[in-house]
Amino acid sequence: MPLRQGVILEFELEGSDFNGAGEASSKIKRTLQQLGIRHEIIRRIAISAYEAEMNVIIHAYRGVVKAAIYQDRTELTVQDEGPGIADIELAMKEGYSTAPAHIRELGFGAGMGLPNMVRCTDKFDIKTEAGVGTRLSMTIYH
Amino acid sequence: MEEHFHSVRLTTDRCQGCVSCTKRCPTEAIRIRGGKAQIISLRCIDCGECIRHCPCRAKAALTDDLADLKNFQYNIALPAPSLYGHFSADIPVDAILSGLINLGFDDVFEVAQGAEIVTLAIRDYLKRPDIIRPAISSACPAVVRLIQVKFPELIDHLVPFDAPVEVAARIARAEAAKALGIEADKIGVWFITPCPAKMTAVRRPLGSEKSNITGAIAINKIFNDLLKVVTADNQLVKSKASWVGVGWAVSGGETSAIDAENMLAVNDIQNVIDVLEQVALGKLKEVDYIEVLACAGGCIGGALTAENRHVIEFNMKKRIKKKKSLDPTAGRLPRETYTDFELGSAGRRAIEPIPALRLDEDIAKAMSKIEIMDKTLKTLPGLDCGSCGSPNCKALAEDIAQGLANKTDCVFILRKRTRDLAFAMVDLAVKLPPPLDKDHNDDY
Repeated sequence: MPLRQGVILEFELEGSDFNGAGEASSKIKRTLQQLGIRHEIIRRIAISAYEAEMNVIIHAYRGVVKAAIYQDRTELTVQDEGPGIADIELAMKEGYSTAPAHIRELGFGAGMGLPNMVRCTDKFDIKTEAGVGTRLSMTIYH
Repeated sequence: MEEHFHSVRLTTDRCQGCVSCTKRCPTEAIRIRGGKAQIISLRCIDCGECIRHCPCRAKAALTDDLADLKNFQYNIALPAPSLYGHFSADIPVDAILSGLINLGFDDVFEVAQGAEIVTLAIRDYLKRPDIIRPAISSACPAVVRLIQVKFPELIDHLVPFDAPVEVAARIARAEAAKALGIEADKIGVWFITPCPAKMTAVRRPLGSEKSNITGAIAINKIFNDLLKVVTADNQLVKSKASWVGVGWAVSGGETSAIDAENMLAVNDIQNVIDVLEQVALGKLKEVDYIEVLACAGGCIGGALTAENRHVIEFNMKKRIKKKKSLDPTAGRLPRETYTDFELGSAGRRAIEPIPALRLDEDIAKAMSKIEIMDKTLKTLPGLDCGSCGSPNCKALAEDIAQGLANKTDCVFILRKRTRDLAFAMVDLAVKLPPPLDKDHNDDY
């Protein structure tokens, strides 16, 4: 069988747009269900996508979530235009958050986003540049 | 076990092929084909939304009749607590239970008693530190099936207990067999049900090999007869359930019976879907227990009830308040322990996911179907009118990708194509062959 191209899903996100939060991850989830991917795997992908989506909405000005679904894996990339992360090592620690008070009051910004993504994915990569933005690349094998 | 049994049925003569049911179905399980509604069996969760919203009353639930009682030596009625709400609070529960005897049952066992045992079991279960939180109620069979179809990743959150009616049936049957010395399978155990999903659960049990319930009789089927025989003079049968178990009929009753901290009660299938989405995203971890009921208002809003749900709710609340004030035990349950047999914890089967949303067993084929879907969806009008017989444009795109529908099923596409064809015909009509075209006097 020829090597198939994957299913590509792309979503644009606006910073502070809480109304649209979760839309990208639930559409990704739906597609994975239609493909018949195992539900434990779907859950990990959906949670990673959701956390990444929320990070863009909470911290950045705008961003793009892309899911490339292949037979054996899903690759999530999230590229944002935003302030970037000043100290990645610190940001990766559970419970560390730079989210402002009004975001925390909404129940977000508990400092679990990045650790959750690391926990749920098989490959995780983060690149960030202060004042420019952040790029996350994650792979989950099916 | 009947693998594809559903209690929800279509009365074909009545169905006008309108699209009301397709739009209300939470799992997009209905299509209109050949002018009539069709249910995709694998996706149906028997929630009864289509019954509730059919303007022609063409959807009904297949349930049993009082006439079926004659097939058994001894018959026990299991009244759902929501039945009590059909009567004003002045009519004692004892009178309602006695009325059931007048209808031909030999004995009555309250489902509320089963609810009390499940309450105790859930209280104990929530004390365990190792369980996945939030624990999700397994009392509503439509919700359990919703989880199997749409949220398989949440199956481990379901509390591993039978629904109260199943517990009640098990005890009722065993007690009667012992007391009367007759074989257990000669005893008919009948659930007086507000709900079509419970009927399905009798034929296709959730979590057990075989149900202890013989059949289900819809409340709206017997209510008229029951009204005639319920009188305050006849109170021979004594109610054994406390208001804690009876309260399960109304949304929030289950959580207040369990009485732990951090509870959430959600009713109405769309709200249930919304909250399960949140759980699936890893939220609500601080919540210990979620009561989820498919019907608006809880079981009192079941599709097979015989009264308006607000009327039932009013009656129930009044009844519960009255019971509370008269209750010398201050709402403690009549019992404090239960056995593994009563709960049915031995021999429980795992609840399996139902892959009803999968487009193809072969992932490569599923992927190309998704491509077709995406392409098709872009050409559809996006009005979600449902005139094509699929619930919305996305579902039509899916049906086309599956080879079950055509693009021209869409009335807008058909109309556009017809218009294009008409223009093409006009265009052709003015183009006569040169020998016939007398007006054509171009110079060569």
